[in-house]
Formats: sequence, C-alpha cells, structure tokens
Amino acid sequence: MKLGGFLLLLSGWGIVIAALALLHGHMVAPFIYAGFAVEILGLVLVFRGHLPGREDAA
Amino acid sequence: MNLDGQVSFALALMFILLVPFAIAGLALINTGLGRSRSAAHAMTTALCVVAVAILVYFICGFAMQGSGNAQTFPPEPKTEPQLFLHGIRWGSLSSMSVLLWIEAAGLASLIPLGAASDRWRLGPACASTALFSACTFPVFARLSQGLWVAGGQIHDPGGSGIINVTGGLTALAVAWLLGPRSGKYSANGMPAAIPAHNGVFVLFGCLLAWVGWIGLNAAGAIVNSALPSSEISARSVLAILNTTVAAAAAALTAAITTRIRFRRPDASLIANGWMAGLVASSAGCATLKPATAILTGIIAGVLVVISVEWFELHLKVDDPCGSVSVHAVCGLWGLLAAGIFVGSAGQFTAQMVGIATLLGLIFPLTYGLNWLLNRFIWYRVSPDGERQGLDLHELGADAYPEFVVHSDEFLQR
Repeated sequence: MKLGGFLLLLSGWGIVIAALALLHGHMVAPFIYAGFAVEILGLVLVFRGHLPGREDAA
Repeated sequence: MNLDGQVSFALALMFILLVPFAIAGLALINTGLGRSRSAAHAMTTALCVVAVAILVYFICGFAMQGSGNAQTFPPEPKTEPQLFLHGIRWGSLSSMSVLLWIEAAGLASLIPLGAASDRWRLGPACASTALFSACTFPVFARLSQGLWVAGGQIHDPGGSGIINVTGGLTALAVAWLLGPRSGKYSANGMPAAIPAHNGVFVLFGCLLAWVGWIGLNAAGAIVNSALPSSEISARSVLAILNTTVAAAAAALTAAITTRIRFRRPDASLIANGWMAGLVASSAGCATLKPATAILTGIIAGVLVVISVEWFELHLKVDDPCGSVSVHAVCGLWGLLAAGIFVGSAGQFTAQMVGIATLLGLIFPLTYGLNWLLNRFIWYRVSPDGERQGLDLHELGADAYPEFVVHSDEFLQR
C-alpha cells in the first residue's frame, strides 16, 4: 500500500509536469488540478499504509 | 553599484544576520519539547546537524541548486553548477542569496530533529542531513525557480515551501521510519501525553525564532523577489509587519482553540501556533496585505492545533515537537494562502504547482533517501539507550546531572 501510494504521488506530479510542458492556455490548470487530485489519493494510501495494526500498536 | 543598490545590499546583509536567531530558536524549541534525559543530546545534534547542512550545502548543495538570477524577470538561464561556490561574484546583491540559502539549509535541517526527538542517533541524523542538504533541499529550490506557469512563478520568498515544507516532509518520513517512542502508544493505540521537559526553553525559543523569521522573510523579500530597488525598503517593511501580525494572530488563535477544546490554554500548542504563524507568513510575506496576513495566521493557528491532535491520535505519528504540523501542514497552507489572497488565477495555479511538486516529488524523494540510509545505518537508538536517555547513552553525560529527572511515571504500562 505504501509503495502504491508513493507511485501515485509520483504519477500525480508527472501529470502536473506533463501539463506544464505539453499544454497551453486554459487547458493547463484542469490538468494541474487533476494531477493534484491523484497526489491526494496517493497521500491517503501512504498514510493508511503507515497505520499500525491493532496487534502491534504497543 | 549605485546608491539604491548599496542600500539594498546593506538592508539584505542586516536581515541575513538575524536569521541565525531562527536556528537558535528552533533548536531551543526542539530541546524544550523533548525529554530531560535527552536534552544535551538534542542541542548537540542540532549544532552538528546545522554544521553538516552548512558544509554540504557549501560544497555541493548550491551547485546542485544553481544560482538562478532572481533580479531579472524572467530569470536568466542558470549558470553552470560549480562546487565549493566557485564562480560567485562576491559583493553583488545576488551573492547575498548564497548567504541566505546557506542559513536556510541550516534552518531546514533542524526541522526533522523535532519529529525524531528522543530516539534518533547522532550519526544517522548527520548522515540524513547530508543527503537533505545535498539533494532534497536544493532540488526543490532549483525547481521552484524554474517552474513557470502562465501568470506567475511559485512565490515563496521567505521559504514556506522551500525551507519548511521540505523540512516538515522529511520530518514525517523520519518519524515513520523511527516509529513512536517506547511507551507512547498503549496496546489499544491510545497515545500517552509525554510532557515537554522545559516550557521556558520552548517559549523563549519562539521569541528568538520571531527575530530570526523577521530577518528570513525580509531578506527573502529583498533577495528572492524580482523587485526594483525603489520598492525594496517598502517591501521589507511589509514583510516584517506581515510576519509579526501573522504570528501574533496564530498564537492567540491557538490559545483560544486549546482553551475551547481542552478547557485551558496549552503552552506547547500556543508555541506551536506562534511558529505556525511565522511559517505560514513566509510565502506571502512580501505580497499579502496585513489584514490577509492576519487571516493567514488565524487559519494557521486553528490548523496546527487540529493537525497535532490528528497526527498523534488518528495517524499514530509520534512527533514530539509538532514539526510535521507546524512546518509541513502550515507551510503548505502558507503557499496556498499566498496564491489565494494575491487574487490572480495564474498565481494560484503556480502555487498549486509548487504544492504538487512538494508532495509528488520531494516527499517520495526524501522518504526514499531516508529509507535507503536507514538500511545501512540504523536510525533508532537501542531500547536500552532509549530507556537510559540519549544524553548518557550517546554523550556519556546528562544535561542536568544534579537532578533526578529520569521518571517514567507518565507512561502507560
């Protein structure tokens, strides 16, 4: 789950950079926000991946 | 250099000389919020880590970052990276940025120590800092100079993102890799309150940090913003005012929030609120109006209290000094606020690109580097060393040898 989360974070940033490099005008902002949304999903996965299980929380 | 240029140079130099107070303040806060058995270790580690950060940044960090010329708009192409600061034309205003960046690297490197308090060994802390100063910090500093969006560049003269969020995200990565302090969480996952050992250190550290942040934000507004000479004095005054009112608003908001939530004001959270206001003010220090800086501070004050509780209670991140909440969460808020309150859609998008870069590139990068380093040099002190205290275990001498301070009565069993 952690690895998947970090991959999603990188993918989201890739979308943002691709939008900056390839698109122009009004098309850039929506893709930047889409990339950011992917990063939020990645962040949720990373945080969930780091939650300790009930049995080893001590 | 004409008269305007000389005035700018003198102003920038004066403000840059204040920045070490921020480093001293943060070191005191980290030490005060930790446990008494590790107090000398916390201060020693702070000194060593700052030394490593400064030297590594001098050797290769600035070369990695490149000396993008922020005095022209848009910036000229980067000069070729050179090790040991070769090629810098000393005496120019742009050479001031080298001084500021070196101090900024030292300040940023202290942030992870707060989250790793009482359990991070000295050697691994220095090694991690070397990676941070050589790679993580300069990579974002370079990208933030080069990532342009139609309508603007990432606006962060005081370093909400470059200094605080890079440090805060590294703090989160290190806190995860180290795990919580022994006894912090009970078997059912409930956190124990391990109190700060010296509240006076913490609150005095806040006041020192204020002086340092004034220098940091004002110097950043002069050196890192593309301002004409005639505007420099006015913008530096605005930066100082915004920094101060944001910190004041955040501290009072944190006091009120803790009074409402816990029935009495909490000293360490008020200190965190003060720091959160300083951090959040940095990105927009030279552009926000004072009223919006106050609003930024108010939101930072609420955010830091909620965030500290959320990280500790729900996300099970043991962050003794609240470094992740203060520096990462409120730093991100500062970047966002600079985009929202400037009122230009292009600037907002540029700030979002900065935030996306921090979360999407810098966070995986710093986590990966620290994960790898942890495989070679084990970060965490042994259980015996943790019980004994890092002062005795690593340094062989206590910070407070005359007092019996090694009590565990507040820990859950």
